Amino acid sequence: MKAKQRIGVMLLGCCTLLASNVPSSVAIAIASAEEPVSITIGSKGFTESVILGEMLRHLARQAGIEAHHQRQLGGTRVLWNALLSGEIDAYPEYNGTLLQEIMVKENLQTEAELKQALTARGLRMTPPLGFNNTYAIGMKAELAERLKLRTLSDLKNHPELVLGFSNEFMDRADGWPGLQQGYQLPQQNVRGLDHDLAYRGIESGTLQVIDLYATDAEIAYYKLRALEDDLNYFPVYNAVIVYRADIEQRAPEVAAMFNRLAGRIDAPTMSRMNAQVKLNGEPESAVAAGFLKQALNLDVDYQIQTAWQRFWLRFWQHTGEHLILVGISLSAAILFAVPLGILAARRERLGPIVLGVAGILQTIPSLALFVFMIPLLGIGGPPAIMALFLYSLLPIIRNTYAGLKDIPPAIIESAQALGLPSRARLRIVELPLATRAILAGIKTSAVINVGTASLSALIGAGGYGQPILTGIRLDDMGLILQGAIPAAVLALLVQGLFELIERGLLPKGLQIQASDVKLAS
Amino acid sequence: MLVISQVSKLYGDALADVLALAPTDLQVPGGETLVLIGPSGCGKSTLLRLIAGLIQPDSGSITFEGTRLSSENILQVRQRIGYVIQEGGLFPHLSVRDNVTVMARYLRRDVSWIDSRLNELTQLTRLPEEMMSRFPAELSGGQRQRVSLMRALMLDPDLLLLDEPLGALDPMIRYELQQELKAIFAQLGKTVVMVTHDIAEAAFFGHTLVLMRDGRIVQTGSFKELAQTPAEPFVEQFITAQREPMAQLVEALR
Repeated sequence: MKAKQRIGVMLLGCCTLLASNVPSSVAIAIASAEEPVSITIGSKGFTESVILGEMLRHLARQAGIEAHHQRQLGGTRVLWNALLSGEIDAYPEYNGTLLQEIMVKENLQTEAELKQALTARGLRMTPPLGFNNTYAIGMKAELAERLKLRTLSDLKNHPELVLGFSNEFMDRADGWPGLQQGYQLPQQNVRGLDHDLAYRGIESGTLQVIDLYATDAEIAYYKLRALEDDLNYFPVYNAVIVYRADIEQRAPEVAAMFNRLAGRIDAPTMSRMNAQVKLNGEPESAVAAGFLKQALNLDVDYQIQTAWQRFWLRFWQHTGEHLILVGISLSAAILFAVPLGILAARRERLGPIVLGVAGILQTIPSLALFVFMIPLLGIGGPPAIMALFLYSLLPIIRNTYAGLKDIPPAIIESAQALGLPSRARLRIVELPLATRAILAGIKTSAVINVGTASLSALIGAGGYGQPILTGIRLDDMGLILQGAIPAAVLALLVQGLFELIERGLLPKGLQIQASDVKLAS
Repeated sequence: MLVISQVSKLYGDALADVLALAPTDLQVPGGETLVLIGPSGCGKSTLLRLIAGLIQPDSGSITFEGTRLSSENILQVRQRIGYVIQEGGLFPHLSVRDNVTVMARYLRRDVSWIDSRLNELTQLTRLPEEMMSRFPAELSGGQRQRVSLMRALMLDPDLLLLDEPLGALDPMIRYELQQELKAIFAQLGKTVVMVTHDIAEAAFFGHTLVLMRDGRIVQTGSFKELAQTPAEPFVEQFITAQREPMAQLVEALR
């Protein structure tokens, strides 16, 4: 009994310790506007957007306002909704995306109409920054030469080509569906994938045609040819900054700073910055600062860290974030799932319903579950914790249920015949006998949870998924491993921890005949 | 005095209800040992489980020492009933001591009372003292049944129900325990209802034997009455079926 209590206290201690070290993203979502003025910048999941995001952060700080940057938050919709709800205050966008994708239903024609539509939503937009990062369709120059492909119309004659487009391009109104219709393209073999992976696909030869962003550094690097848009299908994608109108009241200097970028970044400059990050491995923050110094003569005060300093800083930050996500969601799941499992085992009618609902939750692809949480809880820690919580329920519920149901009827009957009331029977006999199954369920949940928590970075909650995402974006295996290895080690540690707990909690009489006890897994 | 009157039990099935026990009357005078005997599925275990209140009758009533069993008083009544099943039904996660005293501790009985009662019972069942801290998995089959009996007797019940208590033991241990158990019953003077399918065991223990078949009582009486004045041919068949093979073997040796 003593040992059990001690372990209980230790667990509680761990949870408190975790909760006291709330990651920045969680803190931001919890703390609202009462804080001293601070703003949050968002950026999309590709390098150019992250560089521009860093630039905005430097500019805000230059104006004396504390600014956070939620890097590579995800796709357009995630950022747009976060901006509307006020979870972020600004992010880099392209006017073509605003016109053709976000507000396509409103059929806006002119710049003035667009500005008006934004104002109606409490948003503002800077003038174009100076480069047009339009979509283009490209392939290896050498292959294009061989097949004599020069324009998009020429693609019609080569239905055998394998096409790979970024996931967003696959679905956007102004992406592949419209392109295919506009040019009457016959290709059937089209797959969606991460934009940065597409370059690797074309280099290895698995893909022959991909979508490009005009300012991508890789176009030159991989010797690609952009096919001419001879029917003028792609609209102009001038980069702009969209921001919340209330910034003009909260921090007018910041809005003014953002507008100073107008017309200052031309396509070759942006392309060069992309190359500095993607091909030379320079930090986005340094590249952005370098640009500001050169173009606006601003001395941005950013810390120059050695690679090791950066590594350890990031490592501890991601570890802290990951532990909070796992700690809170798993503790909550245990608190909910064990009673639900008991309920399912004891109430004949309720059982199938509880197990069914938890089962359905588990069938939702984890990535989708994270995204489903955004409309309910926004971005950052809370939706990630909620998704992980829901995902951790089933193994614990099912094992609690099975552990209780697998107790031999003779034992239940003996407990009944002694005259033990139902609750006492549960406490004294049934739960101790189901301990091993329940702990096995918790262990399974914990390992799944640690792995799945890596997806949290997609909705701005940080964790070990952050270096993995960045690594994919920058084609940097080292960065990917910086996330993947600790995540794997953490999963092993968690598993080991629960094995220790099992040794402490499992009744001694059950350890003796461990081999005889039927286990539900 | 245990009085069973017009008690019946149906087991529901998807297609039809199966009659597990036809309306049955039975009386067990205080201090007597009554043995329910019959082939598998005859309803003897069902009847015992009805008496223990583990299942509810579809009709009729069970009255023990003037108290009619109901879902309201079943927990109290069970404290006056000791129940022992074939494999002992011991809690594998509890030591022998904890198994025996679990209900007394739940009822917050005095620690010194528990200790002295435990002492009496170890002597009664002749279980070695050092077994107290062992777990069920570390005991032999015979020891387990002794512990199970101790647990059933812990709160000094008025009625002892035993469902094939020796059924899983090898013949030598079984014979030894039969002798001891009978001595214990005689010493304690409790009302006992035992279920067995072994006619010799029934004859050995029972003041009264109740032979059952297909959910009905075929005949009630002493072994002598059953053997000498069988109510139906089945009674004779049941007795000879268990006696004859052995008799033939012994005959063959002569």
